[in-house]
Amino acid sequence: MLDFSRDHFALFDLPASYALDGARLDQAYRDIQSEIHPDKFAHAGEAEQRLSMQWTTRVNEAYQTLRRPFDRANYLLQLQGIHAMDANNTSMPMDFLMQHMEWSEELADAKAAQNVAVLDRMEKTLRDEAREFQAQLADEIDQKHDYPAAGETLRKLRFTDKLLAEVGNAYEEIA
Amino acid sequence: MALLQISEPGLSTAPHQHRLAVGIDLGTTNSLVATVRNGVSVVLNDAHGHGLLPSVVRYLKDGSTSVGLAAQAQAAEDPHNTIISAKRFMGRGIKDIPDLSTMPYKFVDAPGMVQIKTAAGVKSPVEISSEILKVLKARAEASLGGELVGAVITVPAYFDDAQRQATKDAARLAGLNVLRLLNEPTAAAIAYGLDNAAEGIYAVYDLGGGTFDISILKLTRGVFEVLATNGDSALGGDDFDRRIYCWVLEQAKVHTLDDRDKTLLMARAREAKETLSEHTSAHITVVLSTGEVVNLTLSEETFNEMTASLVNKTLLPCRKALRDAGLTAEEVKGVVMVGGSTRIPRVQAAVGDFFGQTPLTNLDPDKVVSLGAAVQANVLAGNKSGDDWLLLDVVPLSLGLETMGGLTEKIIPRNATIPTARAQEFTTYKDGQTAMSIHVVQGERELVADCRSLARFELRGIPPMVAGAARIRVTFQVDADGLLSVNARELGTGVESHIAVKPSYGLGDDEVARMLQDSYAHAQDDMTARNLAEAKVDGRRLVDATETALKENGATLLDEAERTQVEKLLTGLHAALDGYDLAAVKRATEMLNQGTVEFAARRMDMSVKKALTGQRLDALEL
Repeated sequence: MLDFSRDHFALFDLPASYALDGARLDQAYRDIQSEIHPDKFAHAGEAEQRLSMQWTTRVNEAYQTLRRPFDRANYLLQLQGIHAMDANNTSMPMDFLMQHMEWSEELADAKAAQNVAVLDRMEKTLRDEAREFQAQLADEIDQKHDYPAAGETLRKLRFTDKLLAEVGNAYEEIA
Repeated sequence: MALLQISEPGLSTAPHQHRLAVGIDLGTTNSLVATVRNGVSVVLNDAHGHGLLPSVVRYLKDGSTSVGLAAQAQAAEDPHNTIISAKRFMGRGIKDIPDLSTMPYKFVDAPGMVQIKTAAGVKSPVEISSEILKVLKARAEASLGGELVGAVITVPAYFDDAQRQATKDAARLAGLNVLRLLNEPTAAAIAYGLDNAAEGIYAVYDLGGGTFDISILKLTRGVFEVLATNGDSALGGDDFDRRIYCWVLEQAKVHTLDDRDKTLLMARAREAKETLSEHTSAHITVVLSTGEVVNLTLSEETFNEMTASLVNKTLLPCRKALRDAGLTAEEVKGVVMVGGSTRIPRVQAAVGDFFGQTPLTNLDPDKVVSLGAAVQANVLAGNKSGDDWLLLDVVPLSLGLETMGGLTEKIIPRNATIPTARAQEFTTYKDGQTAMSIHVVQGERELVADCRSLARFELRGIPPMVAGAARIRVTFQVDADGLLSVNARELGTGVESHIAVKPSYGLGDDEVARMLQDSYAHAQDDMTARNLAEAKVDGRRLVDATETALKENGATLLDEAERTQVEKLLTGLHAALDGYDLAAVKRATEMLNQGTVEFAARRMDMSVKKALTGQRLDALEL
């Protein structure tokens, strides 16, 4: 009997690391979907239809988790017993918080003034910062195995991702 | 390998004969039915050679109905009883419907979904839609010469759960076995992609009579993956007609219109819009009930001006979909245009500007959705098709729960690939609280009041504890049709209670039964015979599936005793199918279902293993 609770990496036969062969993940995901997707069982019996839905749901969840750098890192830390996103896990360096507060204000001003140039600049800065955190995560998780440090980087990345999403929304409000 | 061969009177002895399946595009303005014949997807015409069936239903005093062109022709003469664009009312309450004043119908505010008073009684949009589906079903069965195994029904990608559920209910009411609800732009992408062997990122811009969808898809070697979808389920060609209608009223300084005039003027407005797709001006002539004659000329320029905001309204969803997909317009390889309203030159120009390329208009925008749905139906019915392909679609709008303060807590985010499930834990607010009210909503807004309410239910029997001690796990599951089911369970003390809900707009089985009874009482049909026939279809499908499974893996996955057991249950179901005892058919079907659970699990394991082995081999080849 296949183990439903195997970790996401094992499901796709991939090494459990932050660095990921995206093409291989995509291929494994599609290969599995081609065998188990509900469309392949539309004319099958009830039991097979139900199993197909459960399996596809499981495979979709695993794929979505591994595909996104943030979710993949968070998941790897969970496998190490570290719940970086717990509500009581909030330690953040002061200077980082100050910088983000400044950016938030800048964003609000740019929105009010309908200043697209500022949004463009912010988006670029934030993208660069997110990329930097991702590189840091790869180093902390795969090389140094320093999971608590990776937890902090991940929390920072979430701040940056959130602000990036807000910049995205601001474009739409201005448009 | 031990093969099981049983032939049975009344059933075809050829186990893999072509199963009759159709794709149905249930449109706001027109509906179509298509099927795959000799490997080619074709639209099925009526006896007069018409493929498009106007989505118009007229109710007569004696309870009978006329559907399509005949009904459309009578619309102005019988405006209250001739329902046009019923799709706009599916899964909608009276407060959700804009432009009530331009419509001649006698709306009845009913819980969940609006209804319309007609000469034949009060009708729900589900019943009205089912009349259209019944005509298409009859057309298909006459044309194909047999009973349908099932149908794929298309829905706008941006339809929410209530609208999807309403569509499925309408199909059930029409006696159709729904193989799948398929998103319209996805259906179009299948038809286009398979025809053109397309690879890369494609956008499908689908502006129909009453709905707008934009879907961004990635096409790679037979995989159709929807990356993001967006839209407006209350924006379409009808709105362009209404702009012309209002312009005429303004120009002609007409203030009082009776219902006949309203319907007539709306029809003229539509004709003018269609004329403007080919010419630079259109004449509008209407003789009103008062004898007054309205005679106007509408130029393309004026038309473009008055509809510019509507065209623009479609571009914001395009931007949002691209952003959700993490792509820019330059990365889109082709833009497929679908829906009759994409014939409007200004729409084509605006879409071309936005994506920086000439949109693909080389397919019939009215037919492509039904053609794609037929291809999907053919595969789902179990007919082997030459090329193997896979469809990965998404949920269009986030699904969530109401939490304290009227805020939305999102459980499943928009654009999650379906089927999908997500669980979240909640807790009690007061000491000793033994029940929890769960309110399921759909939409992107923060406030519950701005989202669509799908269902409310209560979880009772929570053991009394201090506030915050109980742990309630709420699980959302969205199936391959994009339909949601929710259940809640109390975990804190090990006491479990759970409930599965259907959206409040969905019809209960008893309601469908009542509606069926109503419509069949009229047609003098026999409910019992119908139930038996349906149970037999289910039973035969299971026999087919089990025999195929046994043939494929019976020898390898089952030992002798297990195989004998399954064969015994099969023989039992065969015998029941020979008889006329409804309960016996249902019982034997259920027994075979139960008896093959383990077999099914082993087959599924084998499929997953097979996929992974294939993957390892691929990796080695690299």
